[in-house]
Amino acid sequence: MNRAYEKTFSVEGDNFDNAGTASIEIKKILKDLRIDEDVLRKTAIAVYESELNIISYARSGNITLYVDDDTINIDVEDEGPGIEDIDLAMQPGYSTATEHIRQMGFGAGMGLYNIKSCSDLFEISSTPNVGTHLKIIIKRNGR
Amino acid sequence: MKLHDVVEILDAKLLIGEDRHRELEVKTAFSADLMSDVLAFAKSGSLILTGLTTPQVVRTASILDAVALIIVRGKIPSGETLQLARELDIPVLSTRYILFETSGRLYANGIVGCVEKIGGTRDGES
Repeated sequence: MNRAYEKTFSVEGDNFDNAGTASIEIKKILKDLRIDEDVLRKTAIAVYESELNIISYARSGNITLYVDDDTINIDVEDEGPGIEDIDLAMQPGYSTATEHIRQMGFGAGMGLYNIKSCSDLFEISSTPNVGTHLKIIIKRNGR
Repeated sequence: MKLHDVVEILDAKLLIGEDRHRELEVKTAFSADLMSDVLAFAKSGSLILTGLTTPQVVRTASILDAVALIIVRGKIPSGETLQLARELDIPVLSTRYILFETSGRLYANGIVGCVEKIGGTRDGES
């Protein structure tokens, strides 16, 4: 690839009808960029979980995809309640999901943990009552 | 096993899918009603067995490159869910067997879990 690819997707909070549309579009873009299948799957899962987090918990958010020769970078920034205790939120099984979210099969407390396990680099920062920022980097060559 | 064998074993209806889908090869499956767990543990190229019928099930299957979605307990997804499956090219089967029976019948015919145990895989990778 001769030049880097960048695109930002806005995601509306509480809009479950469209949950996953940004992720599926990002997956298509990456497929067109001929990203390795395993890397593509990891990226798609990380983006989908991030998108679901915005929809489930935040008012709105942006997912920015930036692809260069070596890495896939995903920045997820939302405006919302933020996370008080990040260590607790990272624990598999810990969840603050509502009944509505659970009825759709989500909110099992696996999201952030799953994003981290799909990432080569994962950073999370959050300010209560302001929002949460995830920085995800996945290497294009696998490991 | 081919997808048409799965249809036969489960006495299922192929709600979304064409002849080319019937020839798809399947070896592994993952059963869950929690999409969070499907995302965390399922591998691509598998069948996803679930009792959920929301459009998010189809999107989850698409994200994971699932071979097909099998809706258990005789549920029929809404038109919206089926339309999305058509758009995203995910075959959808509906069977009246419960999740346990559906999984068991496939297992007895050679389909295995796409992960055997959490913390290890069939190939012994970590």
